[in-house]
Amino acid sequence: MLKVDRSFSHMEYVEGMEQIPHDIMDKVLEMRKNYDYGKYTGADVKRTLMKDNLTPEDFAALLSPAAAPYLEDMAARAKEVTHAHFGNAVTLFTPLYIANYCENHCVYCGFNCYNRIKRAKLTMEEVEKELKTIAETGLEDILILTGESRSMSGVEYVGEAVKLAAKYFKQVGLEIYPLNSDEYRYIHECGADYVCVYQETYNPDKYETLHLRGHKRIFPYRFNAQERAIRGGMRLVSFGALLGLDDFRKDAFATGLHAYYLQRKYPHAEISFSPPRLRPIINDATVNPNDVHETQLLQVMTAYRLFMPFAGITISTRERAGFRDNVIGMCATKISAGVNVGVGGHSGEEKGDEQFDISDGRSVEEVHAAIKAHGCQPVYNDYVRV
Amino acid sequence: MNDKLIIGGHEFNSRFILGSGKFSPEMTETVLKNGGVEMATLALRRVNEDGNESILDYMPKGITLLPNTSGARNADEAVRIARLARAVGCGDFVKIEVVHDSKYLLPDNYETVKATEILAKEGFIVMPYMYPDLNAARDMVNAGAAAIMPLAAPIGSNKGLATKDFIKILIDELDVPIIVDAGIGRPSQACEAMEMGVDAIMANTAVATAADVGLMATAFRLAIEAGRAAYLAGLGRVLEYKGEASSPLTGFLRD
Amino acid sequence: MIVNGKKTDFKPGESLSEFLKEKGYRIEVIAVELNGEIIAKESFDTTLLKEGDVMEVVTFMGGG
Repeated sequence: MLKVDRSFSHMEYVEGMEQIPHDIMDKVLEMRKNYDYGKYTGADVKRTLMKDNLTPEDFAALLSPAAAPYLEDMAARAKEVTHAHFGNAVTLFTPLYIANYCENHCVYCGFNCYNRIKRAKLTMEEVEKELKTIAETGLEDILILTGESRSMSGVEYVGEAVKLAAKYFKQVGLEIYPLNSDEYRYIHECGADYVCVYQETYNPDKYETLHLRGHKRIFPYRFNAQERAIRGGMRLVSFGALLGLDDFRKDAFATGLHAYYLQRKYPHAEISFSPPRLRPIINDATVNPNDVHETQLLQVMTAYRLFMPFAGITISTRERAGFRDNVIGMCATKISAGVNVGVGGHSGEEKGDEQFDISDGRSVEEVHAAIKAHGCQPVYNDYVRV
Repeated sequence: MNDKLIIGGHEFNSRFILGSGKFSPEMTETVLKNGGVEMATLALRRVNEDGNESILDYMPKGITLLPNTSGARNADEAVRIARLARAVGCGDFVKIEVVHDSKYLLPDNYETVKATEILAKEGFIVMPYMYPDLNAARDMVNAGAAAIMPLAAPIGSNKGLATKDFIKILIDELDVPIIVDAGIGRPSQACEAMEMGVDAIMANTAVATAADVGLMATAFRLAIEAGRAAYLAGLGRVLEYKGEASSPLTGFLRD
Repeated sequence: MIVNGKKTDFKPGESLSEFLKEKGYRIEVIAVELNGEIIAKESFDTTLLKEGDVMEVVTFMGGG
């Protein structure tokens, strides 16, 4: 397998990577570069809050500093819009890490290839045991994850795991390394319907400094993953940037535009957002302008909601229970429960170490109750694959 | 202000397209001038052997001609008419109108998509007249249409913006000019459409059947300009006050 | 031959441009379809008419 290292240009494809037209990427990068959020005023934000159908320019205003005093209005508007499109339904799911081998060196990630952690890969028997345990909690939607290693957790291995998952769950999603469209088609036929790929940062220069080794270094291949997934027959694709890696306003802007232009190109595609953030270090005396506090995270989430009213928004367990419970129904439509982000931790002892620390370890039952307490309806699945 | 209407690479200052039917050719020049019109539709018909008059004699230089495939009942007929029209030698624009419903004169979106694809490939600047359906409009744009011309109401009905909400969807979702055609009966309706973000208005009956045709052309011009200016100025919206939540939605935020 | 649906006299072997001029058509405002094919204006001189031809001569009118 070709080893990609710092001598490779991060903007050029390497062998084995399917190349598709990058019209969307060019547009998004251009708009991100030109996004001057200092120029937006309170008047721009107010005007945007009165509109039904937002343009990219409106979205830009909502992400700007000028929107900060209007967060309560954004929240109220987001709640109206979420209710109009989703009613009070909130979907539950959980992630299942089946392998954490990784060939990438991503500076910010716990799985990176230089990090000394317990590496593991579940056998199909172990995968099935995990699936059974999780299914017993009542969940019907599962997200399968791996690190990036085609040699240890290749497409066929993933495909087998998906086939198993499809026996126990009504909806199977994937958050693995980007594939070519024929590989997405294969995995789709195995039973997966949705794909999550996070660009981490949409700033190509910053991206280069964070991804030093491995295929993830190649920016355009990762960027076009959602489009290849749609071409491969996947029903839903999810977008996200790791907010805080770079300028979070610009990255959130690019994330929204990426989804927006993909949806216009493929009107049948279902869209979803995830807003993971780098938590600011507590007690750090220096104020980092890249910091994403809860207030800014909410601004991003409500902006996503208003810009693309019909897109799902998933809230992960990186955030505390109090935050999660308050954003569902307001802007978030999907929430994880009974989460263990180690490899194989659901049915017994963890076989491999986790990717990050979770802040909300509540069980499915507890999250179900919290959703109801918040006036929302817990939903386990709303899709039947025929 | 540089606010030009651009269709198929051609620039226009005027957003008023005139349908040239239903009034005598001698009035044409007055109507075009009063309306500030830069593009007018024409129909293709057999030459009358006795008279050798042509409406082209009444079209001032500088007017872009928009031949219309009216009479076509299916895509093949529309394509034939378009090719004949181009053979006259007056440019590459064509408005596709395919109607096989003689009661309401509603266009057939499906045949129109087919004709759009054929004619766009032959280098025509295609402007399809259609019933506002986003899916059909997308198909037309993907087939190469340079603009979309949704009807506001049935031809000649003067009923105004019966399809307003569906035209708005086209404006929101498509990147080509949206030109409302058919059904506009009053300048105020043209103004309303322009305020909404429509790119241009085509009208015929409303002008041609007015008591003072020339003055009505002026009225339409002014209404279309007013609507466009209002759109660019950015309308304020009456906010329905819903009352304040008993506790703020953002009260839970820690930092 | 038939022109615009009506039987019309012509000189066999004459060119399209001769025929049109003779009948008083104004070439700059018309288009001609002969036996189902559109004839480009550059070819009017070289297109010869024969017995049994079916021709349509069209022009623009107000409408559309």
